Amino acid sequence: MATSSSRSIAMSRGLRRSLGGFTVLVLAVVYVPLLLVLINSFNTDNTFGWPPPGFTLHWWKVAAESSGARDALVTSVEVALCATAVALVLGTLAAMGLRRTRFFGRNAISLLIILPIALPGIVTGLAFQNGFRTILGVQLSIWTIVIAHATFCIVTVFNNVQARFQRLGASYEQASMDLGAGRWTTFRLITFPMLRSSLLAGALLSFGLSFDEIVVTTFTASSQDQTLPIWILQNLFRPNQAPVVNVVAAVLVIASAVPIYLAQRLSGSTAEGLTGAR
Amino acid sequence: MIDRRPGLRVGLLLTPPMLWLGVAYLGALAALLVTSLWTQNDFTGSIERAWTLENFRTLFTVDVYRTITLRTIGIAALVTVIDVVLAFPIALYMAKVASPRLQRILVISVLTPLWASYLVKAYAWRGMLSADGPIAWIARPFGLDTPGYGLPAVVITLSYLWLPYMILPVYAGLERLPDSLFEASADLGAGAWTTLRRVVFPMAFPAVVAGSIFTFSLSMGDYIAVKIVGGTGQLLGNVVYDNQGAANNLPFAAAVATVPIVVMLAYLTAVRRTGALENL
Repeated sequence: MATSSSRSIAMSRGLRRSLGGFTVLVLAVVYVPLLLVLINSFNTDNTFGWPPPGFTLHWWKVAAESSGARDALVTSVEVALCATAVALVLGTLAAMGLRRTRFFGRNAISLLIILPIALPGIVTGLAFQNGFRTILGVQLSIWTIVIAHATFCIVTVFNNVQARFQRLGASYEQASMDLGAGRWTTFRLITFPMLRSSLLAGALLSFGLSFDEIVVTTFTASSQDQTLPIWILQNLFRPNQAPVVNVVAAVLVIASAVPIYLAQRLSGSTAEGLTGAR
Repeated sequence: MIDRRPGLRVGLLLTPPMLWLGVAYLGALAALLVTSLWTQNDFTGSIERAWTLENFRTLFTVDVYRTITLRTIGIAALVTVIDVVLAFPIALYMAKVASPRLQRILVISVLTPLWASYLVKAYAWRGMLSADGPIAWIARPFGLDTPGYGLPAVVITLSYLWLPYMILPVYAGLERLPDSLFEASADLGAGAWTTLRRVVFPMAFPAVVAGSIFTFSLSMGDYIAVKIVGGTGQLLGNVVYDNQGAANNLPFAAAVATVPIVVMLAYLTAVRRTGALENL
Protein backbone atom coordinates (compact mmCIF):
# COMPACT_ATOMS: atom_id res chain seq x y z
CA MET A 1 0.00 0.00 0.00
CA ALA A 2 2.76 2.39 -0.89
CA THR A 3 0.79 5.31 -2.23
CA SER A 4 2.18 8.78 -2.29
CA SER A 5 1.17 10.53 0.87
CA SER A 6 0.01 13.71 -0.82
CA ARG A 7 -3.64 13.31 -1.62
CA SER A 8 -3.80 16.58 -3.47
CA ILE A 9 -4.51 15.14 -6.86
CA ALA A 10 -6.36 17.18 -9.38
CA MET A 11 -9.89 16.75 -8.17
CA SER A 12 -12.08 19.51 -6.98
CA ARG A 13 -13.10 19.55 -3.36
CA GLY A 14 -16.72 19.02 -4.29
CA LEU A 15 -15.90 15.95 -6.36
CA ARG A 16 -13.80 14.46 -3.57
CA ARG A 17 -16.57 15.11 -1.06
CA SER A 18 -19.23 13.52 -3.25
CA LEU A 19 -17.02 10.48 -3.84
CA GLY A 20 -16.55 10.17 -0.08
CA GLY A 21 -20.25 10.58 0.61
CA PHE A 22 -21.14 7.99 -2.02
CA THR A 23 -18.59 5.53 -0.60
CA VAL A 24 -19.90 5.91 2.95
CA LEU A 25 -23.51 5.57 1.79
CA VAL A 26 -22.97 2.42 -0.29
CA LEU A 27 -20.82 0.73 2.35
CA ALA A 28 -23.44 1.52 4.98
CA VAL A 29 -26.12 -0.08 2.81
CA VAL A 30 -23.82 -3.10 2.35
CA TYR A 31 -23.84 -3.69 6.10
CA VAL A 32 -27.59 -3.25 6.66
CA PRO A 33 -28.63 -6.78 5.56
CA LEU A 34 -25.86 -8.31 7.69
CA LEU A 35 -27.02 -6.29 10.72
CA LEU A 36 -30.56 -7.45 10.06
CA VAL A 37 -29.43 -11.08 10.31
CA LEU A 38 -27.73 -10.33 13.64
CA ILE A 39 -30.78 -8.51 15.04
CA ASN A 40 -33.23 -11.13 13.79
CA SER A 41 -31.34 -13.86 15.61
CA PHE A 42 -32.74 -12.26 18.80
CA ASN A 43 -36.21 -11.59 17.32
CA THR A 44 -39.02 -13.19 19.35
CA ASP A 45 -41.19 -13.34 16.22
CA ASN A 46 -40.22 -16.50 14.37
CA THR A 47 -41.37 -15.09 11.04
CA PHE A 48 -39.05 -12.09 11.57
CA GLY A 49 -41.63 -9.31 11.44
CA TRP A 50 -40.10 -5.84 11.41
CA PRO A 51 -39.71 -4.04 13.76
CA PRO A 52 -39.08 -6.94 16.18
CA PRO A 53 -41.81 -7.20 18.83
CA GLY A 54 -39.24 -8.33 21.40
CA PHE A 55 -35.82 -9.86 21.94
CA THR A 56 -34.85 -13.31 23.21
CA LEU A 57 -31.83 -15.60 23.53
CA HIS A 58 -34.06 -18.62 23.04
CA TRP A 59 -33.03 -19.35 19.41
CA TRP A 60 -29.34 -19.22 20.30
CA LYS A 61 -29.95 -21.95 22.89
CA VAL A 62 -31.91 -24.05 20.41
CA ALA A 63 -29.21 -23.60 17.78
CA ALA A 64 -26.45 -24.56 20.22
CA GLU A 65 -28.24 -27.87 20.73
CA SER A 66 -28.85 -28.50 17.02
CA SER A 67 -26.84 -31.60 16.20
CA GLY A 68 -27.58 -31.21 12.48
CA ALA A 69 -25.85 -27.85 12.34
CA ARG A 70 -22.91 -29.13 14.40
CA ASP A 71 -22.35 -32.21 12.23
CA ALA A 72 -22.58 -30.06 9.10
CA LEU A 73 -20.00 -27.68 10.54
CA VAL A 74 -17.58 -30.56 11.16
CA THR A 75 -18.07 -31.87 7.61
CA SER A 76 -17.45 -28.41 6.18
CA VAL A 77 -14.22 -28.00 8.14
CA GLU A 78 -13.00 -31.45 7.07
CA VAL A 79 -13.72 -30.78 3.41
CA ALA A 80 -12.14 -27.32 3.53
CA LEU A 81 -8.97 -28.66 5.23
CA CYS A 82 -8.51 -31.48 2.70
CA ALA A 83 -9.23 -29.24 -0.30
CA THR A 84 -6.79 -26.64 1.03
CA ALA A 85 -4.06 -29.24 1.54
CA VAL A 86 -4.38 -30.38 -2.10
CA ALA A 87 -4.55 -26.78 -3.35
CA LEU A 88 -1.42 -25.84 -1.39
CA VAL A 89 0.64 -28.59 -3.01
CA LEU A 90 -0.68 -28.19 -6.55
CA GLY A 91 -0.79 -24.38 -6.49
CA THR A 92 2.78 -24.10 -5.23
CA LEU A 93 4.07 -26.63 -7.78
CA ALA A 94 2.33 -24.77 -10.59
CA ALA A 95 3.71 -21.40 -9.48
CA MET A 96 7.24 -22.83 -9.21
CA GLY A 97 6.92 -24.52 -12.59
CA LEU A 98 5.79 -21.36 -14.34
CA ARG A 99 8.43 -19.23 -12.66
CA ARG A 100 11.22 -17.78 -14.82
CA THR A 101 10.23 -19.98 -17.70
CA ARG A 102 8.78 -18.88 -20.97
CA PHE A 103 7.57 -21.67 -23.11
CA PHE A 104 4.84 -22.36 -25.55
CA GLY A 105 1.62 -22.97 -23.67
CA ARG A 106 2.53 -20.92 -20.60
CA ASN A 107 -0.47 -18.65 -21.08
CA ALA A 108 -2.66 -21.66 -21.69
CA ILE A 109 -1.63 -23.09 -18.33
CA SER A 110 -2.37 -19.79 -16.54
CA LEU A 111 -5.78 -19.75 -18.19
CA LEU A 112 -6.37 -23.36 -17.19
CA ILE A 113 -5.66 -22.48 -13.54
CA ILE A 114 -8.15 -19.58 -13.63
CA LEU A 115 -10.77 -21.56 -15.55
CA PRO A 116 -12.42 -23.31 -12.57
CA ILE A 117 -13.31 -19.93 -11.03
CA ALA A 118 -13.90 -18.17 -14.34
CA LEU A 119 -16.52 -20.70 -15.39
CA PRO A 120 -19.81 -20.63 -13.47
CA GLY A 121 -20.07 -23.03 -10.54
CA ILE A 122 -22.89 -25.01 -12.16
CA VAL A 123 -20.55 -25.91 -15.03
CA THR A 124 -17.73 -27.13 -12.79
CA GLY A 125 -20.23 -28.87 -10.52
CA LEU A 126 -22.13 -30.62 -13.28
CA ALA A 127 -18.90 -31.57 -15.09
CA PHE A 128 -17.59 -33.31 -11.96
CA GLN A 129 -20.90 -34.97 -11.17
CA ASN A 130 -21.17 -36.29 -14.71
CA GLY A 131 -17.51 -37.34 -14.68
CA PHE A 132 -17.85 -39.25 -11.40
CA ARG A 133 -21.24 -40.83 -11.90
CA THR A 134 -21.80 -41.32 -15.61
CA ILE A 135 -18.23 -41.72 -16.86
CA LEU A 136 -16.34 -43.32 -13.97
CA GLY A 137 -19.25 -44.90 -12.11
CA VAL A 138 -18.03 -43.54 -8.75
CA GLN A 139 -20.51 -42.89 -5.91
CA LEU A 140 -20.65 -39.30 -4.69
CA SER A 141 -19.13 -38.85 -1.24
CA ILE A 142 -17.20 -36.39 0.87
CA TRP A 143 -14.14 -37.15 -1.33
CA THR A 144 -15.86 -36.11 -4.53
CA ILE A 145 -16.63 -32.77 -2.81
CA VAL A 146 -12.96 -32.45 -1.83
CA ILE A 147 -11.77 -33.10 -5.40
CA ALA A 148 -14.16 -30.52 -6.84
CA HIS A 149 -13.30 -27.91 -4.19
CA ALA A 150 -9.56 -28.40 -4.54
CA THR A 151 -9.87 -27.70 -8.27
CA PHE A 152 -11.11 -24.14 -7.81
CA CYS A 153 -8.92 -23.53 -4.73
CA ILE A 154 -5.64 -24.06 -6.64
CA VAL A 155 -5.85 -20.56 -8.13
CA THR A 156 -5.82 -18.83 -4.71
CA VAL A 157 -2.53 -20.47 -3.69
CA PHE A 158 -1.09 -20.09 -7.18
CA ASN A 159 -1.87 -16.34 -7.28
CA ASN A 160 -0.38 -15.66 -3.86
CA VAL A 161 2.78 -17.67 -4.45
CA GLN A 162 3.28 -16.23 -7.91
CA ALA A 163 2.88 -12.67 -6.59
CA ARG A 164 5.51 -13.42 -3.93
CA PHE A 165 7.95 -14.83 -6.50
CA GLN A 166 7.52 -11.75 -8.66
CA ARG A 167 8.11 -9.44 -5.73
CA LEU A 168 11.19 -11.16 -4.30
CA GLY A 169 12.96 -12.38 -7.42
CA ALA A 170 15.50 -15.18 -7.38
CA SER A 171 18.66 -13.56 -6.01
CA TYR A 172 18.47 -15.13 -2.53
CA GLU A 173 18.13 -18.58 -3.98
CA GLN A 174 20.96 -17.95 -6.43
CA ALA A 175 23.15 -16.77 -3.56
CA SER A 176 22.30 -19.93 -1.64
CA MET A 177 23.22 -22.15 -4.58
CA ASP A 178 26.42 -20.17 -5.17
CA LEU A 179 27.33 -20.88 -1.57
CA GLY A 180 27.06 -24.57 -2.31
CA ALA A 181 23.58 -25.48 -1.11
CA GLY A 182 21.75 -28.07 -3.19
CA ARG A 183 18.28 -27.63 -4.63
CA TRP A 184 16.52 -29.28 -1.70
CA THR A 185 18.51 -27.39 0.94
CA THR A 186 17.81 -24.14 -0.88
CA PHE A 187 14.11 -24.92 -1.02
CA ARG A 188 14.03 -25.83 2.67
CA LEU A 189 16.09 -22.92 3.98
CA ILE A 190 15.37 -20.12 1.49
CA THR A 191 12.40 -20.66 -0.83
CA PHE A 192 9.97 -22.10 1.71
CA PRO A 193 10.54 -19.45 4.43
CA MET A 194 10.28 -16.82 1.70
CA LEU A 195 6.90 -18.21 0.65
CA ARG A 196 5.52 -18.98 4.09
CA SER A 197 3.22 -15.98 4.59
CA SER A 198 1.95 -16.13 1.01
CA LEU A 199 1.19 -19.83 1.52
CA LEU A 200 -0.74 -18.96 4.67
CA ALA A 201 -2.68 -16.25 2.85
CA GLY A 202 -3.45 -18.64 0.00
CA ALA A 203 -4.49 -21.36 2.44
CA LEU A 204 -6.75 -18.96 4.32
CA LEU A 205 -8.49 -17.92 1.11
CA SER A 206 -8.75 -21.47 -0.08
CA PHE A 207 -10.27 -22.56 3.23
CA GLY A 208 -12.78 -19.70 3.12
CA LEU A 209 -13.69 -20.44 -0.48
CA SER A 210 -14.29 -24.11 0.19
CA PHE A 211 -16.08 -23.54 3.50
CA ASP A 212 -18.55 -21.16 1.88
CA GLU A 213 -19.06 -23.03 -1.41
CA ILE A 214 -22.60 -24.16 -2.17
CA VAL A 215 -23.14 -24.46 -5.94
CA VAL A 216 -20.42 -26.97 -6.81
CA THR A 217 -21.11 -28.76 -3.53
CA THR A 218 -24.78 -29.42 -4.31
CA PHE A 219 -23.67 -31.20 -7.49
CA THR A 220 -20.88 -33.29 -6.01
CA ALA A 221 -22.31 -34.27 -2.60
CA SER A 222 -24.35 -37.39 -1.98
CA SER A 223 -27.61 -37.00 -0.08
CA GLN A 224 -25.86 -38.08 3.15
CA ASP A 225 -23.08 -35.50 3.03
CA GLN A 226 -24.14 -32.21 4.51
CA THR A 227 -21.75 -29.32 4.55
CA LEU A 228 -22.87 -26.28 6.52
CA PRO A 229 -24.09 -24.34 3.44
CA ILE A 230 -26.11 -27.39 2.33
CA TRP A 231 -27.59 -27.70 5.80
CA ILE A 232 -28.57 -24.00 5.73
CA LEU A 233 -30.12 -24.31 2.27
CA GLN A 234 -32.12 -27.38 3.23
CA ASN A 235 -33.48 -25.80 6.40
CA LEU A 236 -34.04 -22.33 4.98
CA PHE A 237 -37.56 -22.97 3.79
CA ARG A 238 -38.71 -24.96 6.82
CA PRO A 239 -40.73 -22.51 8.92
CA ASN A 240 -39.95 -24.16 12.28
CA GLN A 241 -36.20 -24.24 11.52
CA ALA A 242 -35.97 -20.65 10.25
CA PRO A 243 -34.94 -19.06 13.58
CA VAL A 244 -32.18 -21.66 14.05
CA VAL A 245 -30.92 -21.05 10.52
CA ASN A 246 -30.90 -17.35 11.32
CA VAL A 247 -28.72 -17.92 14.40
CA VAL A 248 -26.26 -20.01 12.35
CA ALA A 249 -26.23 -17.19 9.78
CA ALA A 250 -25.52 -14.66 12.54
CA VAL A 251 -22.63 -16.80 13.80
CA LEU A 252 -21.18 -16.91 10.27
CA VAL A 253 -21.45 -13.12 9.96
CA ILE A 254 -19.52 -12.69 13.19
CA ALA A 255 -17.02 -15.39 12.18
CA SER A 256 -16.21 -13.57 8.95
CA ALA A 257 -14.16 -11.13 11.03
CA VAL A 258 -11.70 -13.92 11.92
CA PRO A 259 -10.08 -14.37 8.47
CA ILE A 260 -9.93 -10.58 8.06
CA TYR A 261 -8.08 -10.29 11.34
CA LEU A 262 -5.73 -13.15 10.41
CA ALA A 263 -5.05 -11.67 6.99
CA GLN A 264 -4.21 -8.33 8.58
CA ARG A 265 -1.82 -10.05 10.97
CA LEU A 266 -0.21 -12.03 8.17
CA SER A 267 1.19 -9.30 6.02
CA GLY A 268 -0.91 -6.20 6.16
CA SER A 269 -1.27 -6.53 2.41
CA THR A 270 -4.85 -7.74 2.29
CA ALA A 271 -5.27 -6.79 -1.32
CA GLU A 272 -2.62 -9.20 -2.58
CA GLY A 273 -4.32 -11.98 -4.42
CA LEU A 274 -7.54 -11.59 -2.48
CA THR A 275 -9.39 -10.65 -5.62
CA GLY A 276 -9.01 -14.25 -6.72
CA ALA A 277 -11.58 -15.16 -4.11
CA ARG A 278 -15.07 -16.17 -4.83
CA MET B 1 20.48 -34.24 -14.01
CA ILE B 2 17.63 -31.98 -12.94
CA ASP B 3 20.12 -29.14 -12.54
CA ARG B 4 21.35 -29.52 -16.08
CA ARG B 5 17.95 -29.83 -17.68
CA PRO B 6 15.65 -26.98 -16.70
CA GLY B 7 13.00 -28.30 -19.06
CA LEU B 8 12.84 -31.55 -17.12
CA ARG B 9 12.58 -29.68 -13.82
CA VAL B 10 9.69 -27.53 -15.11
CA GLY B 11 8.07 -30.67 -16.45
CA LEU B 12 8.31 -32.45 -13.10
CA LEU B 13 6.91 -29.45 -11.24
CA LEU B 14 4.04 -28.98 -13.63
CA THR B 15 3.06 -32.63 -14.01
CA PRO B 16 0.92 -32.98 -10.84
CA PRO B 17 -1.09 -29.75 -11.30
CA MET B 18 -1.48 -30.48 -15.00
CA LEU B 19 -2.70 -34.00 -14.33
CA TRP B 20 -5.31 -32.55 -11.98
CA LEU B 21 -6.43 -29.56 -14.06
CA GLY B 22 -5.50 -30.60 -17.58
CA VAL B 23 -6.52 -34.23 -17.43
CA ALA B 24 -9.13 -34.53 -14.66
CA TYR B 25 -10.83 -31.14 -14.90
CA LEU B 26 -10.61 -30.58 -18.65
CA GLY B 27 -11.49 -34.24 -19.09
CA ALA B 28 -14.63 -33.74 -17.01
CA LEU B 29 -15.55 -30.67 -19.07
CA ALA B 30 -15.01 -32.61 -22.29
CA ALA B 31 -17.08 -35.50 -20.95
CA LEU B 32 -19.83 -32.99 -20.16
CA LEU B 33 -19.88 -31.89 -23.80
CA VAL B 34 -19.96 -35.52 -24.92
CA THR B 35 -22.81 -36.29 -22.53
CA SER B 36 -24.82 -33.40 -23.95
CA LEU B 37 -24.86 -35.33 -27.24
CA TRP B 38 -26.36 -38.43 -25.61
CA THR B 39 -29.95 -39.00 -24.58
CA GLN B 40 -31.84 -40.40 -21.68
CA ASN B 41 -34.24 -43.28 -21.99
CA ASP B 42 -37.55 -41.97 -20.67
CA PHE B 43 -38.65 -45.37 -19.37
CA THR B 44 -35.57 -46.77 -17.67
CA GLY B 45 -33.99 -43.41 -16.81
CA SER B 46 -30.61 -44.72 -17.96
CA ILE B 47 -28.36 -42.75 -20.25
CA GLU B 48 -28.12 -44.04 -23.80
CA ARG B 49 -24.79 -43.44 -25.44
CA ALA B 50 -26.12 -42.80 -28.91
CA TRP B 51 -25.15 -39.59 -30.69
CA THR B 52 -27.87 -37.03 -31.20
CA LEU B 53 -28.38 -33.28 -31.35
CA GLU B 54 -31.83 -33.62 -29.83
CA ASN B 55 -30.91 -31.82 -26.58
CA PHE B 56 -29.63 -28.78 -28.43
CA ARG B 57 -32.66 -28.78 -30.71
CA THR B 58 -34.89 -28.65 -27.64
CA LEU B 59 -32.74 -25.93 -26.10
CA PHE B 60 -32.90 -23.68 -29.17
CA THR B 61 -36.45 -24.30 -30.35
CA VAL B 62 -38.52 -24.50 -27.17
CA ASP B 63 -39.57 -20.96 -26.30
CA VAL B 64 -39.19 -21.23 -22.56
CA TYR B 65 -35.50 -22.19 -22.80
CA ARG B 66 -34.76 -19.39 -25.25
CA THR B 67 -36.45 -16.91 -22.90
CA ILE B 68 -34.52 -18.21 -19.90
CA THR B 69 -31.20 -18.07 -21.78
CA LEU B 70 -31.73 -14.47 -22.89
CA ARG B 71 -33.02 -13.51 -19.44
CA THR B 72 -29.93 -15.00 -17.77
CA ILE B 73 -27.53 -13.16 -20.08
CA GLY B 74 -29.56 -9.97 -19.61
CA ILE B 75 -29.52 -10.22 -15.82
CA ALA B 76 -25.78 -11.01 -15.79
CA ALA B 77 -25.14 -7.92 -17.94
CA LEU B 78 -27.41 -5.72 -15.82
CA VAL B 79 -25.79 -6.87 -12.57
CA THR B 80 -22.36 -6.17 -14.08
CA VAL B 81 -23.36 -2.63 -15.12
CA ILE B 82 -24.88 -1.88 -11.69
CA ASP B 83 -21.72 -3.12 -9.98
CA VAL B 84 -19.44 -1.03 -12.22
CA VAL B 85 -21.51 2.08 -11.51
CA LEU B 86 -21.44 1.44 -7.75
CA ALA B 87 -17.85 0.21 -7.55
CA PHE B 88 -16.02 2.78 -9.66
CA PRO B 89 -16.59 5.86 -7.44
CA ILE B 90 -15.85 3.81 -4.31
CA ALA B 91 -12.65 2.39 -5.78
CA LEU B 92 -11.61 5.86 -6.97
CA TYR B 93 -12.19 7.34 -3.54
CA MET B 94 -10.30 4.49 -1.86
CA ALA B 95 -7.34 4.64 -4.26
CA LYS B 96 -6.92 8.34 -4.86
CA VAL B 97 -8.67 10.42 -2.20
CA ALA B 98 -8.66 8.56 1.12
CA SER B 99 -5.69 8.95 3.46
CA PRO B 100 -3.56 5.80 3.87
CA ARG B 101 -5.21 5.11 7.23
CA LEU B 102 -8.74 5.53 5.89
CA GLN B 103 -7.72 3.49 2.86
CA ARG B 104 -6.85 0.57 5.10
CA ILE B 105 -10.13 0.82 6.96
CA LEU B 106 -12.08 0.96 3.70
CA VAL B 107 -10.29 -2.09 2.26
CA ILE B 108 -11.22 -4.03 5.38
CA SER B 109 -14.83 -2.87 5.26
CA VAL B 110 -15.08 -4.00 1.63
CA LEU B 111 -13.41 -7.33 2.39
CA THR B 112 -15.44 -8.25 5.46
CA PRO B 113 -18.76 -8.78 3.65
CA LEU B 114 -16.85 -10.83 1.08
CA TRP B 115 -15.95 -13.30 3.81
CA ALA B 116 -19.50 -13.44 5.13
CA SER B 117 -21.12 -16.54 3.72
CA TYR B 118 -22.75 -16.30 0.29
CA LEU B 119 -25.85 -18.08 1.55
CA VAL B 120 -26.12 -15.80 4.56
CA LYS B 121 -26.06 -12.73 2.32
CA ALA B 122 -28.71 -14.11 -0.03
CA TYR B 123 -30.72 -15.14 3.01
CA ALA B 124 -30.31 -11.66 4.50
CA TRP B 125 -31.95 -10.18 1.40
CA ARG B 126 -34.83 -12.62 1.79
CA GLY B 127 -35.38 -10.99 5.18
CA MET B 128 -34.90 -7.45 3.82
CA LEU B 129 -37.41 -7.95 0.99
CA SER B 130 -40.05 -9.99 2.83
CA ALA B 131 -43.61 -8.69 3.00
CA ASP B 132 -43.19 -7.54 6.63
CA GLY B 133 -39.43 -6.87 6.45
CA PRO B 134 -37.51 -3.61 6.88
CA ILE B 135 -37.86 -2.43 3.25
CA ALA B 136 -41.64 -2.76 3.34
CA TRP B 137 -41.60 -1.03 6.74
CA ILE B 138 -39.62 1.94 5.39
CA ALA B 139 -41.48 2.13 2.07
CA ARG B 140 -45.02 1.86 3.36
CA PRO B 141 -45.33 5.39 4.82
CA PHE B 142 -44.46 6.68 1.32
CA GLY B 143 -47.18 4.56 -0.27
CA LEU B 144 -44.58 2.18 -1.73
CA ASP B 145 -43.92 -1.47 -1.08
CA THR B 146 -41.08 -3.99 -1.18
CA PRO B 147 -40.40 -5.37 -4.67
CA GLY B 148 -41.03 -8.77 -3.07
CA TYR B 149 -39.52 -11.98 -4.42
CA GLY B 150 -38.95 -12.07 -8.17
CA LEU B 151 -36.48 -11.03 -10.84
CA PRO B 152 -35.93 -7.47 -9.47
CA ALA B 153 -35.03 -9.07 -6.14
CA VAL B 154 -32.60 -11.37 -7.97
CA VAL B 155 -30.89 -8.40 -9.63
CA ILE B 156 -30.61 -6.55 -6.28
CA THR B 157 -29.28 -9.61 -4.46
CA LEU B 158 -26.78 -10.60 -7.16
CA SER B 159 -25.48 -7.00 -7.44
CA TYR B 160 -25.08 -6.96 -3.68
CA LEU B 161 -23.33 -10.34 -3.61
CA TRP B 162 -20.77 -9.55 -6.30
CA LEU B 163 -20.07 -5.87 -5.52
CA PRO B 164 -16.78 -6.54 -3.64
CA TYR B 165 -15.52 -8.60 -6.61
CA MET B 166 -15.82 -5.44 -8.70
CA ILE B 167 -14.50 -2.95 -6.11
CA LEU B 168 -11.29 -4.85 -5.34
CA PRO B 169 -9.81 -5.26 -8.86
CA VAL B 170 -10.84 -1.70 -9.84
CA TYR B 171 -9.29 -0.36 -6.63
CA ALA B 172 -6.08 -2.29 -7.32
CA GLY B 173 -6.05 -1.00 -10.91
CA LEU B 174 -6.59 2.63 -9.86
CA GLU B 175 -4.02 2.41 -7.12
CA ARG B 176 -1.37 1.51 -9.69
CA LEU B 177 -2.05 4.74 -11.61
CA PRO B 178 0.59 7.30 -10.67
CA ASP B 179 -0.78 10.54 -9.23
CA SER B 180 1.43 12.40 -11.69
CA LEU B 181 -0.96 11.41 -14.46
CA PHE B 182 -3.71 13.38 -12.75
CA GLU B 183 -1.39 16.36 -12.34
CA ALA B 184 -0.19 16.18 -15.94
CA SER B 185 -3.76 16.09 -17.17
CA ALA B 186 -4.68 19.08 -14.98
CA ASP B 187 -1.56 20.99 -16.10
CA LEU B 188 -2.61 20.45 -19.68
CA GLY B 189 -5.87 22.18 -18.87
CA ALA B 190 -8.26 19.29 -18.34
CA GLY B 191 -10.95 19.62 -15.71
CA ALA B 192 -11.67 16.84 -13.23
CA TRP B 193 -14.37 15.28 -15.39
CA THR B 194 -12.24 15.35 -18.52
CA THR B 195 -9.38 13.75 -16.61
CA LEU B 196 -11.68 11.02 -15.35
CA ARG B 197 -13.16 10.40 -18.76
CA ARG B 198 -10.04 10.63 -20.92
CA VAL B 199 -7.27 9.43 -18.59
CA VAL B 200 -8.53 7.53 -15.56
CA PHE B 201 -11.30 5.47 -17.06
CA PRO B 202 -9.35 4.22 -20.12
CA MET B 203 -6.43 3.23 -17.92
CA ALA B 204 -8.65 1.51 -15.36
CA PHE B 205 -10.63 -0.27 -18.06
CA PRO B 206 -8.72 -3.60 -17.89
CA ALA B 207 -9.37 -3.71 -14.15
CA VAL B 208 -13.09 -3.04 -14.71
CA VAL B 209 -13.14 -5.85 -17.26
CA ALA B 210 -11.37 -8.14 -14.78
CA GLY B 211 -14.09 -7.39 -12.23
CA SER B 212 -16.77 -7.94 -14.84
CA ILE B 213 -15.48 -11.47 -15.47
CA PHE B 214 -16.40 -12.29 -11.87
CA THR B 215 -19.74 -10.48 -11.78
CA PHE B 216 -20.80 -11.82 -15.17
CA SER B 217 -19.69 -15.41 -14.66
CA LEU B 218 -21.02 -15.65 -11.11
CA SER B 219 -24.41 -14.30 -12.24
CA MET B 220 -24.54 -16.61 -15.27
CA GLY B 221 -24.22 -19.67 -13.10
CA ASP B 222 -26.26 -18.71 -10.09
CA TYR B 223 -29.31 -20.71 -9.14
CA ILE B 224 -29.31 -20.49 -5.35
CA ALA B 225 -30.02 -16.77 -4.98
CA VAL B 226 -32.81 -17.25 -7.51
CA LYS B 227 -34.27 -20.00 -5.35
CA ILE B 228 -34.03 -17.83 -2.24
CA VAL B 229 -35.32 -14.45 -3.50
CA GLY B 230 -36.45 -15.17 -7.07
CA GLY B 231 -39.96 -16.38 -6.38
CA THR B 232 -41.04 -18.38 -9.41
CA GLY B 233 -38.42 -16.78 -11.68
CA GLN B 234 -35.90 -19.11 -13.29
CA LEU B 235 -32.40 -18.72 -14.66
CA LEU B 236 -30.26 -21.16 -16.65
CA GLY B 237 -28.76 -22.49 -13.43
CA ASN B 238 -32.18 -23.63 -12.23
CA VAL B 239 -32.77 -25.52 -15.47
CA VAL B 240 -29.39 -27.24 -15.11
CA TYR B 241 -29.98 -28.08 -11.47
CA ASP B 242 -33.52 -29.35 -12.00
CA ASN B 243 -32.37 -31.67 -14.79
CA GLN B 244 -29.44 -33.28 -13.01
CA GLY B 245 -29.60 -36.17 -10.58
CA ALA B 246 -30.52 -39.80 -11.10
CA ALA B 247 -34.21 -39.37 -11.88
CA ASN B 248 -33.86 -36.50 -14.30
CA ASN B 249 -32.21 -35.75 -17.59
CA LEU B 250 -28.44 -35.35 -17.18
CA PRO B 251 -27.72 -35.14 -20.95
CA PHE B 252 -30.13 -32.21 -21.26
CA ALA B 253 -28.62 -30.54 -18.16
CA ALA B 254 -25.22 -30.93 -19.86
CA ALA B 255 -26.54 -29.30 -23.02
CA VAL B 256 -27.90 -26.36 -21.03
CA ALA B 257 -24.59 -26.02 -19.17
CA THR B 258 -22.75 -25.55 -22.46
CA VAL B 259 -24.49 -22.18 -22.84
CA PRO B 260 -22.63 -20.48 -19.96
CA ILE B 261 -19.40 -22.20 -21.11
CA VAL B 262 -19.74 -20.79 -24.63
CA VAL B 263 -20.78 -17.35 -23.37
CA MET B 264 -17.90 -17.19 -20.87
CA LEU B 265 -15.29 -18.45 -23.35
CA ALA B 266 -16.49 -15.89 -25.89
CA TYR B 267 -16.30 -13.22 -23.20
CA LEU B 268 -12.81 -14.27 -22.07
CA THR B 269 -11.58 -14.33 -25.67
CA ALA B 270 -13.08 -10.92 -26.33
CA VAL B 271 -11.45 -9.33 -23.27
CA ARG B 272 -8.06 -11.04 -23.54
CA ARG B 273 -6.67 -8.20 -25.62
CA THR B 274 -7.49 -5.61 -22.94
CA GLY B 275 -5.01 -7.32 -20.64
CA ALA B 276 -7.79 -7.97 -18.13
CA LEU B 277 -6.66 -11.51 -17.40
CA GLU B 278 -3.46 -10.20 -15.81
CA ASN B 279 -5.64 -8.14 -13.44
CA LEU B 280 -7.51 -11.07 -11.97
